[in-house]
Amino acid sequence: MNDPRPFRRGPDAVVSGPAKVDVRRMPQVLQRITALALRYPARLVLAITCSLGSAVASLALPRLFGAAVDQAQALLSAGAAHAAEARAALWSTAILVIAASVVRGALTMFSGYLGEYVSQQVAQDLRLKYFQQLQRLSFGFHDRIHSGDLITRGMLDLEGARVFIQNGLMQALTLVMLLSFASYMMLSTDLVMGLIGLAFVPVAGAALGRMGFLLRIAWLRIQELMAILTLTMEENLQGTRLVRAFAAKRFEMAKFDRASIDALNHAYKRIVLRCRGVSTMTVSFYGSMGLLLWYGGHRVVDGTMTVGRVTEFLAYMSLMQTPIRQVAMIFNSAARATSAGGRLFEVMDLDSEITDAPRAVPLKPTKGVLRFENVGFSYGDGARALSNISFEVRPGRTLGIVGSPGSGKSTIANLAPRFYDVSEGAITIDGRDIRDVTLASLRAYVGLVQQEAFLFDSSIGHNIAYADPWAAEAQIVGAARTAQIHDHIAALPAAYETRVGERGVALSGGQRQRMSIARGVAPEPGVMIFDDSAAAIDAVTERRVRDALARATKAKATIIIAHRLSSLMHADEILVLDAGRIVERGTHIGLVALGGVYAGLYEMQTRTATLDERARHPEDA
Amino acid sequence: MSDFAAETPAAGRPPRATLGSAEGDDVFGTFDPKVARRFLGFLKPHGKAFFCAQVAVLIAAASQVAIPALIGLAATAAVARDGRRLDLALLAFAGLAGVYAIAALLEQWISARLAQRVIFDIRRKMFGHFQDVSLSFMDKTHVGRIMSRLQGDVNTLQDLLESSTGAAGDFAMLIGITVVLLAMDWRLGLLTLTVLPALVVIRAIWLPFSKKSFLAARDASSAANSALAENINGVRTVQETRREAINFELYREKAQENFRAQVGASWMAQIMTPTVDALTGLAMAIVIVMGGDAVLGGRLQVGVMVAFIFYLQRFFEPVRVLSTQYTVMQRAMAAGHRIFEVLDVKVDIQDAPDAIALKDAPATVEFRNVTFGYDPERPVLHDINLTVNPREVVALVGPTGSGKTSIIALARRLYEVDRGQVLVGGHDVRDLTLDSLGQTIGMVLQDPFLFTGTIEENIRYNTQSATAQDVVAAAKAVSAHDFISRLPEGYQTRLGQRGRNVSMGQRQLISFARTLVANPQILILDEATANIDSFTEQAIQRALKVLFAGRSCIVIAHRLATIRDADRIVVLQHGRILEQGPHDELMRNAGLYFQLCASAHASFDDQAMMDDSLHAMRT
Repeated sequence: MNDPRPFRRGPDAVVSGPAKVDVRRMPQVLQRITALALRYPARLVLAITCSLGSAVASLALPRLFGAAVDQAQALLSAGAAHAAEARAALWSTAILVIAASVVRGALTMFSGYLGEYVSQQVAQDLRLKYFQQLQRLSFGFHDRIHSGDLITRGMLDLEGARVFIQNGLMQALTLVMLLSFASYMMLSTDLVMGLIGLAFVPVAGAALGRMGFLLRIAWLRIQELMAILTLTMEENLQGTRLVRAFAAKRFEMAKFDRASIDALNHAYKRIVLRCRGVSTMTVSFYGSMGLLLWYGGHRVVDGTMTVGRVTEFLAYMSLMQTPIRQVAMIFNSAARATSAGGRLFEVMDLDSEITDAPRAVPLKPTKGVLRFENVGFSYGDGARALSNISFEVRPGRTLGIVGSPGSGKSTIANLAPRFYDVSEGAITIDGRDIRDVTLASLRAYVGLVQQEAFLFDSSIGHNIAYADPWAAEAQIVGAARTAQIHDHIAALPAAYETRVGERGVALSGGQRQRMSIARGVAPEPGVMIFDDSAAAIDAVTERRVRDALARATKAKATIIIAHRLSSLMHADEILVLDAGRIVERGTHIGLVALGGVYAGLYEMQTRTATLDERARHPEDA
Repeated sequence: MSDFAAETPAAGRPPRATLGSAEGDDVFGTFDPKVARRFLGFLKPHGKAFFCAQVAVLIAAASQVAIPALIGLAATAAVARDGRRLDLALLAFAGLAGVYAIAALLEQWISARLAQRVIFDIRRKMFGHFQDVSLSFMDKTHVGRIMSRLQGDVNTLQDLLESSTGAAGDFAMLIGITVVLLAMDWRLGLLTLTVLPALVVIRAIWLPFSKKSFLAARDASSAANSALAENINGVRTVQETRREAINFELYREKAQENFRAQVGASWMAQIMTPTVDALTGLAMAIVIVMGGDAVLGGRLQVGVMVAFIFYLQRFFEPVRVLSTQYTVMQRAMAAGHRIFEVLDVKVDIQDAPDAIALKDAPATVEFRNVTFGYDPERPVLHDINLTVNPREVVALVGPTGSGKTSIIALARRLYEVDRGQVLVGGHDVRDLTLDSLGQTIGMVLQDPFLFTGTIEENIRYNTQSATAQDVVAAAKAVSAHDFISRLPEGYQTRLGQRGRNVSMGQRQLISFARTLVANPQILILDEATANIDSFTEQAIQRALKVLFAGRSCIVIAHRLATIRDADRIVVLQHGRILEQGPHDELMRNAGLYFQLCASAHASFDDQAMMDDSLHAMRT
């Protein structure tokens, strides 16, 4: 609930904002994606060969058509004398046309399939690497970046990088090859005709390439506006009670309209872009064709050219029409890959702030004494969170920590399992600095139950046994009993197999926290830290949880962080934090007698006690 | 069902471990004329544009069909060595190409704009509908689900709209080409078109297979994505519980499955290419052999043969596009069905035709014999009679499920009573406009909802007349000014989603300020139960006094301090009023209220320890 670092954005916030097409980074990003594809050289080369072959087969067709027309023409002029010969020629041309078509189709198919294969292979590699990286990156990173943004990168941006291999890389190669072959064929056959026929290519190519690029940029802008619209709608729906309470329908509709019309106007701009590009293509293509017909036609009239030749050139032109249209797609996907790949690689290239030291050894606790020695901590942006914190917790002992929001309580909780590293001082277990042991062994030993209980979209049993999926049934039930949630679970239709999470049964805030406590105690760590993890549990139930925990974790070192003093007044030592420093410490009785901050809090809490409506009906009793 | 523990042999994998789960809506629907008709209703306001687009489509298609014919004419003229006829044909060609360019431009321009416009109309209508539908519907429908209607389904319709004009053009062209081929030479035309039925049959066989593999690919991809999303959302728990390695294995399985499905789907999609190409080649071969023969026999001009070849090159592309269009249509049907389902959700609460605006009425709320249940069969309030007088603060107290929340919801007419009457300012709420009721009654919800935006915008909310000074004054009055001015950008500080960057207690204070700015005569307040740090708690207690001053209030109170300050306490149980009166009187009665108060100290009930601390405090 409380973001530990409100409003802070450090200079090391490497993560960029909304997606942008950074032209300077374009070559670098595209090269990198290409390099990833080149890790599958055999398939890639084969795909390109197929695409080349299909291009050659495509180019054979116009020549064949031209030949057929001329043969027909020859038949006509030669009369019956050479009819048989000409007819045979027609037949062989026809067979060649079928063969060329089949070859072209088959090769197109193979190159399409292989291209998809390689791109999906690259996508899978990226996917796994990205997943791994996110698991590796520290809390410091995850604090800085919104989870939704990370999900978008892993889904849409990754797809953007993948699609480039097919729609950008392969298409561009095919286009270049097709274009050079066609140009060669046309120009070598007849220079003037060739030049006229090819005239539309640079004009249309430039217009379409520009269009593809600009469309992408416009698209990104629209996505931004759509995100605003989505947020507007989502918040309206989530806050529907508030909206109705304030009779704010008109206000909300106006908000919707503003966001909506903004997006609509940008969508219109995209249409203009597209129409401009496509029209340039149409006009230049038909212009070229008209000129070709005029020039070629008059040469036929003059008798310096056969009609078949003209047909051949026309066929070349219509053959090139489709690939030239692809220029838009190629540029679009290159632009997309630049922004998408950039966002993806940015995360992949980060180093985790917290990693195992080179000579880290597994933690082997002997006595199990956790000690904070003059610990100081500042967040990445220099904001001071803790100064001079020293304390010790031994097995069987409980430490309580209390303080106002932002006083550094949660920071202490997150430092012990090394989700962040201390800036000064040291945290030790049995005298060994926790930075010298492996993360896995440390976190297995130090268990943390956070205030926000994240439940996974699966069964209750799986959620409780999350840390140890091999846990025996008895262990799970035991943990649930300790957290006072067993009775509730047992009453559910599918008991421990009941699904929770987004699509599962709804649990109250208190129930979720108890689930999270059960999950925390199930693996039986040596040190337990409860970070305000009972705030939403009603007082009566909380007391039962506390008693059960006391029994279950009797031999463990326990740290309890809470607002509610009743949660920690039984602790062996209580620290009162203010602005990252310990201002008071002692036992409950001692602190109350001191008459300081703690005593003031205690006085206030007994006075502003809450009427507990569930007192007579404790939750799920 | 997500637990695949049963399906997988207990190899190296933990038995319970799962990662993510994905369930989606149906993708394909069947053609439903009712859906189509209602959908066309959205086009009605743009009838002129729609008509123009259709005309442009026809012109573009016709000119595209005519162009190869002109090329043919030109070829014939050239062969006949008739320069003048050639020039004429080319002139016509140029004119037609110009017509085509303009018509195509218009078609694209109009239809794309139309598609965008209609989509925004539909979305707006749906969004507006969600503002009116009954709260019970909103209570039981997940916001994510509604959003997928507003986004996903609407976007699917957009796909259909954007592509349908093009499809109409393709269809027109297909017919045009067929007509021209037959007109030019019906024998050769018929012969060439024989390949068409073959293509149709092949596609019909192929379609179900491709659909299956398409769906498999889609499911695999959403399974992988949902696993990724879950792991990101729960990354802190994953690291706390050291699940990295297991989750990576689980994810790898999904990624591999996705890879297989995608490649399979690609194979299915690609396999049609050589089929279409082969058939095109066959048709061409027929033209070459038969046409060539006809040319020899003098039955066919060379130019016609050239035109045939050009037409055939264009013939198969529209066929392919049209059959994909069928899939788009099916998906749009499924989406359209869900959209109209939403638009058909009934609106229970709206202004009566002769509703009056509440003005200058006394600030009273009265319940007369009110019976109400979210499910009419099971009432949660029975025969409630309660009057709140001007400037009176009434605290509602009672166990969970006693009906407190229902009472305040009914006072604001968020639901309709089943029997009896609720009167505000002496008028039945059903006779009042909802707007005026909203201006008279202010509501502070238990979970303070804040919008993304600056703090100032949040405090002002829909009281647009409030100046910046009003906002600051309200914040000062509810003790929120101090913490707001300490924020880096003060009142201009942007709140994250749902106010993530301020504490629970601070959110509460902002929501108080918001209500104060609206300055309602009557206040309904649902006090937060959440544990708020004691420092903010003090500020809240002070703020409540300011909020209550000079207003008629109904408060669902949890804090003893709040309850004690009320003029009257109404104790509810099982939907009935059990007792009411001021604090002291109820304590003397020793009823339910007395018991509730006693348990308030439950959390500090270590009596011995309490005594010790009190003793320590006194000394």
